[in-house]
Parts: sequence; C-alpha cells; structure tokens
Amino acid sequence: MKCVNGSEIIILWSGEGARAVPLAGHVGFDSMPDQLVNKSVNHGFCFNILCVGETGLGKSTLMDTLFNTKFEGEPTQHNQPGVQLKSNTYELQESNVRLKLTVVNTVGFGDQINKEDSYKSIVEFIDTQFEAYLQEELKIKRTLHSYHDTRIHACLYFIAPTGHSLKSLDLVTMKKLDSKVNIIPIIAKSDAISKSELTKFKIKITSELVSNGVQIYQFPTDDETVAEINSTMNGHLPFAVVGSTEEVKIGNKMVKARQYPWGTVQVENENHCDFVKLREMLIRVNMEDLREQTHTRHYELYRRCKLEEMGFKDTDPDCKPFSLQETYEAKRNEFMGDLQKKEEEMRQMFVQRVKEKEAELKEAEKELHEKFDRLKKLHQDEKKKLEDKKKSLDDELNGFKQKKTAAELLQSQAQQAGGSTTLKRDKERKK
Amino acid sequence: VLPPWCFVTPGQRNLNLKLFVSQRNLEGYVGFANLPNQVYRKSVKRGFEFTLMVVGESGLGKSTLINSLFLTDLYSKDYPGPSLRIKKTVQVEQSKVLVKEGGVQLTLTIVDTPGFGDAVDNSNCWQPVINYIDSKCEDFLNAESRVNRRLMPDNRVHCCLYFIAPSGHGLKPLDIEFMKRLHDKVNVIPLIAKADTLTPEECQLFKKQIMKEIQEHKIQIYEFPDIEDDEDSKLIRKIKERMPLAVVGSNVVIEVNGKKVRGRQYPWGVAEVENGEHCDFTVLRNMLIRTHMQDLKDVTNNVHYENYRSRKLAAVTCNGGVDTSKTKNQMTRSPLAQMEEERREHVMKMKKMETEMEQVFEMKVKEKKQKLKDSEAELERRHEQMKKNLEAQYKELEEKKRHHEEEKSNWEAQQRILEQQKLDASKTMEKNKKKGKIF
Repeated sequence: MKCVNGSEIIILWSGEGARAVPLAGHVGFDSMPDQLVNKSVNHGFCFNILCVGETGLGKSTLMDTLFNTKFEGEPTQHNQPGVQLKSNTYELQESNVRLKLTVVNTVGFGDQINKEDSYKSIVEFIDTQFEAYLQEELKIKRTLHSYHDTRIHACLYFIAPTGHSLKSLDLVTMKKLDSKVNIIPIIAKSDAISKSELTKFKIKITSELVSNGVQIYQFPTDDETVAEINSTMNGHLPFAVVGSTEEVKIGNKMVKARQYPWGTVQVENENHCDFVKLREMLIRVNMEDLREQTHTRHYELYRRCKLEEMGFKDTDPDCKPFSLQETYEAKRNEFMGDLQKKEEEMRQMFVQRVKEKEAELKEAEKELHEKFDRLKKLHQDEKKKLEDKKKSLDDELNGFKQKKTAAELLQSQAQQAGGSTTLKRDKERKK
Repeated sequence: VLPPWCFVTPGQRNLNLKLFVSQRNLEGYVGFANLPNQVYRKSVKRGFEFTLMVVGESGLGKSTLINSLFLTDLYSKDYPGPSLRIKKTVQVEQSKVLVKEGGVQLTLTIVDTPGFGDAVDNSNCWQPVINYIDSKCEDFLNAESRVNRRLMPDNRVHCCLYFIAPSGHGLKPLDIEFMKRLHDKVNVIPLIAKADTLTPEECQLFKKQIMKEIQEHKIQIYEFPDIEDDEDSKLIRKIKERMPLAVVGSNVVIEVNGKKVRGRQYPWGVAEVENGEHCDFTVLRNMLIRTHMQDLKDVTNNVHYENYRSRKLAAVTCNGGVDTSKTKNQMTRSPLAQMEEERREHVMKMKKMETEMEQVFEMKVKEKKQKLKDSEAELERRHEQMKKNLEAQYKELEEKKRHHEEEKSNWEAQQRILEQQKLDASKTMEKNKKKGKIF
C-alpha cells in the first residue's frame, strides 16, 4: 500500500476484517525505538562473562585486553584442590553508555589429577545465578526492573594451543555447558601456532564439536543489517586470540603487542590473530543478542525444568489450561495435606506408644497384685496354722487344767480321808 | 520515579551475588558504546505494542479525538465508532490497528467504553472497565506463569484517557468516583473534552479547580517523570503546568491562511486542533506518542501490573492477607519459597511437639511407675508387718507352750512325787498293818 512517507495504517476491526488506511501525516510512532533506547541508556546495561580454561591460558590478560583496562587479580597457582569460581564486577563507561561488567574466572580448572568433577562447580555456579533470578521472578513483591542480573551471558571457552585436537576435558565440559550458556570457543595464546597449523586445528576442533553434539553459540543471521557479517564470522570460529596489555611502538603508533626476538605479534592486527573479530562479535555487534539468548533460551530451559521438577504443569489431565491461581492453590492444598498427614502420623505413633506402655504397666500392676495376693494367701494359711496351733494348745491347756483340778480335788479328798484315817488311827492308838 | 507504595520491604534475602563494584576507566576503544544501536535494531525488528483506552460520556468527542490523534479516519461514516452505536449497558470494545511509520511497526489497540455514564443510574458503570483491565492483567499473569512460556503479547492497558465534560465548574461525582477507582490500576490521564467551548480564562480556572479536586481526593493521575536532560525537563514542566490537558478534535481539514489544518469552523473563526494557543492537543499527542509512550508502558509493567500480581498471589498464598509482620515477610518471597519456609517451620513445630509429647509421656510413665513402686512398697511393708505380727504371735505361742510344758512337767513331777509318797505311805501302812501295830 503506497502512502505518504512510506507509512500506513492497517486497521483490523474486532471481527470485521482488515482494511488499510493511509496516515495523513507524521504521527510520531517512529520515535518508539528512540524512547526505548533512551530508557535503556538511562538504566544502564549489564553483561556477565564467564571465562573457562586451564590455568595459565591467559584468561585474565585477554579480559584486560578486550576491555582496555586492568582488572583485579594475580596469576593463580596450579595447586588448587578443586575448581573455584571468582567473580568481580566493574562499572565501565564508554561515551554515554554505562556498563556493569561482571567477569567470572574459573580458578584451578584442569589442574587436578582427577578432573571428572571439574565441570560441576561451573554448572553449579551458572545454575545458582538462574535460581536467583527465578526466585526473584517468583516473589510476590518483586523488583525485576532494578534487579542486578547475574546470569552468565557469554562463556569464553579457552582451548589450549596444542595444535592437534580438543582435550577430553574440553569436550566433557563444553557438553555439560552448551545447554546452559552461550559458548564461544577460542584458541588461547594462538601466537604459538603457525597459520597452516591453525587452519587444520580449527577444522579439527569444529568437526570434533559437531561429532560430539556440542552446541556452540552461533552469531544470529536473522537480522539483515548484521546477517552478513555474522555468518562470515561464524565460519571463523573458534577465534584464535592473543592477549596483551603491553604496548610496543610500531611505526609511530603505540600498539598492544607481544615482542619476540623474531618479530612482534600485534594484537589488533587481523593478520596476526582473530582478536579484533572476537571484540567485534562479542561486544560491538552481538552483546545484546547474547543477553537475549540467555534470557529467552537458556534461562527458560532452566525455569521449565525446575518448575516441572516441582510438579507444575500447564494443563490438567483433560488438557484444559490451569490458571495460576488454580496451580498455586492445588500445590498449596497438596502441601498442607502433606503436612497434616505427617502430623497425624506422628500423633498416631504416640497414641500407639501410649497404648503399649499402658498395657505394659497394667501387666506389671497385675503381676504385683497377684504376687501380693499369693503372699496374702500364704499369710492367711500361716495364720490359720497358728490359730490351729493356738487352739490345740488352748485345748491342751484346758485339758491339763482340768486334769490338774481333778487331781487336786482327788488329792484334797484323799488328804481329807487320809487325815481322818490318821486321826482314827491315832485315836485307836491312844486307846 | 515510582510512587513510594511500590517499594519492597527492606532486608529481603537475596541469592544475588553481593558484589563490590569498582569503577574502571577505559584506555581505548572497546565497543560497547554500540549497545544502544543493538537495542534499537532489535526493538525495530520485534515491533511495538500499545493499548490505549478512552473513557467518557457519549458526545464528548472521543472518536473524533482518536481520529485526530492518528491523523486518519479510524472511525468514519462507513465504520462508525462504538459511541454512535446505541448501547444499553456499558460495553468495553477493542479495535486493533497495525501502524507502520518510518520502518517502525506498532500494534495499537484502542479500547472504547460506549455507554459509560450515559444511564440514569450510573452506579458501578466503572465495573466493566475495571473488569477489562484486570482480565488483561490476568491474561498476562497466566502467560507469564506458565511452565512453557512463549512470546507473551502485552495486551495490558497502558493508558486511560478520561474525558471530562467542559462544564467550567469542577469534576462531577462520577468523574471523581471513576478516577479514584482506577488510579491504582492504570495510568489515568484526564482530559478536558471539547475545550473550544471554554475561553482561555475559563479554561485556566477550570483546570485549577480540577487539579485542586484531584489533590483533595488523593487521586494519583499519571505523573510525567523528570528527565535529567535540561531541555526536556523544561518541556515536562510546561506540560505539568497545563494539566489536565484541554483538547479539541476534528475530522475536517480546513484551509486557513493558505494552510490546510484540522479544525472546527465557526461563524466567528476556526478553532485549530494543532494550534498550541487554541488547545493542548499537540501537547497531548507529543506526550502520548512521541515522548512518553515507552514510559507509560514501563509504569504499567513495573507498578500497576506488579500491584495486581502481588495482590493476586498474596490472596492465594497468604490466606486472607491480614497485614501482620508475618504477611509482610511472606511477600518478599516467591510462593514456592514461602512453602519451603512453611515446611521448615512445620518440621520444627513437629520436632517441638514430639519433644513435648515425649516429655509428657516420660513424666506420666514415671508417675505411674512411681505409684506402682509406692504401692509395692506399701504392700511389702504391710506384708512384713503382718509377718512380724505372726512371728510375734508364734513366739508368744511358743513361750506359752513352753511355759505350759514346764508347768506340766513340774506338776507331773510333783504328781509323781505325791504318787510316790502316797505309795510309800500306803506301803508303810501295809507294813505296819502286817506288823500289827495298827489295831
């Protein structure tokens, strides 16, 4: 539809089909991108880079070179017991653009004898940043617009310049990371490789990555403005870089370079290394895309997995969509039910114990009573025996008493009679 | 600049890395100054969305204003605006427009509310409006909360133009009521409609009166944020002084002094729509479209939507939302973290309950055992006593017996002696008899 200023309105009535109407003048909608950009610039930008690679591959030097500034840190030793991640945040400004840059370094990567678990702390770190964002996003009262995003937007994987192929540690680590972060593989300290060796090396690396199913970050080719340069650059991956913060005078300029007896390697010379390409792609052209991919792809994947793990679903068994409220309510009911069940179980257990103990004590009580009943019976028997004995003794006593009384009576009678006989005798005698 | 009632309670736990941020100066070209261009490029590719709502009684020129705003006849004789169609109750109607200008694509949704304020009894005529706004927030909330999230279309209402009738006196009760109910749900921009019926002085007075009443009723209309840029801040101040904006709309293009302008032709002259001295239309258009469209969307997203969301989620998880300190604490967590916390609390509670029940149990058992012991002791004691008693009796009996035996044997011995004596005596008598001594 040809119109004034190349602008038009296509009207889509609710239910009445579409018709196109020209704009009769400049309304001003085309200022929207500028409004958005102004807001972003005012807000400031944020970018987080993770550098993964063995100790001594020049990670810190490369960061210094890329961002033209001296970042913190001393070179690390090789005797770390495990892989640690150290991060530092810097506020940089270039013209009117403020950037909060976080550089995360893997300390001790590849130094251990057993490197099976090396990738674990890296994966954990990346997941922790996702988790922090997810927690913030799920809060009831949240402040996403002022949240300091710590999610890793780009992972520079430093490959040792052996000239042959990838190490198995590299393959294992990259495989574990490719679904969590945008991986940009680079060949470190590439001034140790000649040009012909480099071509072969790059081909070998790319084919190994493909055959192992490692998905590295592809510079986007969907936007016409940058599609061409991006697709060309995709073909130069992995970038062979050299880093240096020292400056050497070449001609009448001071350039960043490494000076050897046989010549000087200029960092920003595209014939010498791919440093400029890396800087172009990473910072100048695709920084925003790296952030977008992290948010819409890697973070969404993490979030989806996490929510599914917790039992959240989008549709119920009848394929009707859940509303958020229903989901939370269902979850909450389940949760409360669970808690209540636990409480009930514990109570029941206690009731059981009480019952058992009561039965035990009752048993003991019964035994005790039985024991004393027995004793009582014993005692009663004894008492009865005693009574009997007493009775028999009493009988005997009575018997004896009677005998005694009877005998005494007889005796007294006999005495009386004897006395009278004696008297008679005496009387007769006297006569 | 956000109203203070949006800020989160301090002291929230944060998994965010607490980083010491240091400033660094660059010593050469890096290239991230190109970031704004990258953002620009991506946003153009994505396209933009905006939803505009117009509310006011019929006949206030809403449709005309929309046509004027977009410099085209969205509403015309063949496609009349919703207001011209007779409605019995308050409706909420939306129409979508796809605008392309200068390579930028914008999907504009215009929401009209025919029938608003037209009935005799207008109680709750704002309810359909509130329902519409809430339902769009609800859609967004559900889309945002899905497990599988796709591109989420933003159909939330970003701006609500409220048309005030040009009475010249002040706000009507309906105006006040409506704005009070909607100011915390959507960006409300009040407009004085058909401003060509007011003289500049009348208009000034009217505006002052309206602003006074708005402040009195604590209505929070959309505030233009201050921009640091000096030039723009002057403009902003100018806009703020002119609030509420008095607008005139027209569907007709008239020729004035050789120029074609939109305006309203009267016998006494032409009221030009785009003339800053005639009305504030240009101010409105510039503000709404050219400078603050993005900010209206941001405030909707960061303030109004977040308020809706926290209210909705608090209702689900906080069971009632009584404003205690516990609820405030709950708000700073996600519902899932909230459940985790509750689970932990419950475990502690259970442990405590368990220890308590255990204690009571032990105590009761001890009591019972003690009682048993006591009664055992008591029974023992009694048994002992009885035993002693019996023993004493036995002893007594033995003593008695012994005594009796002794007595018996004594007496028997005595008897024997007596018997012997008797025998001896009778023997002697016998002897004497025999001897004849006895006559």
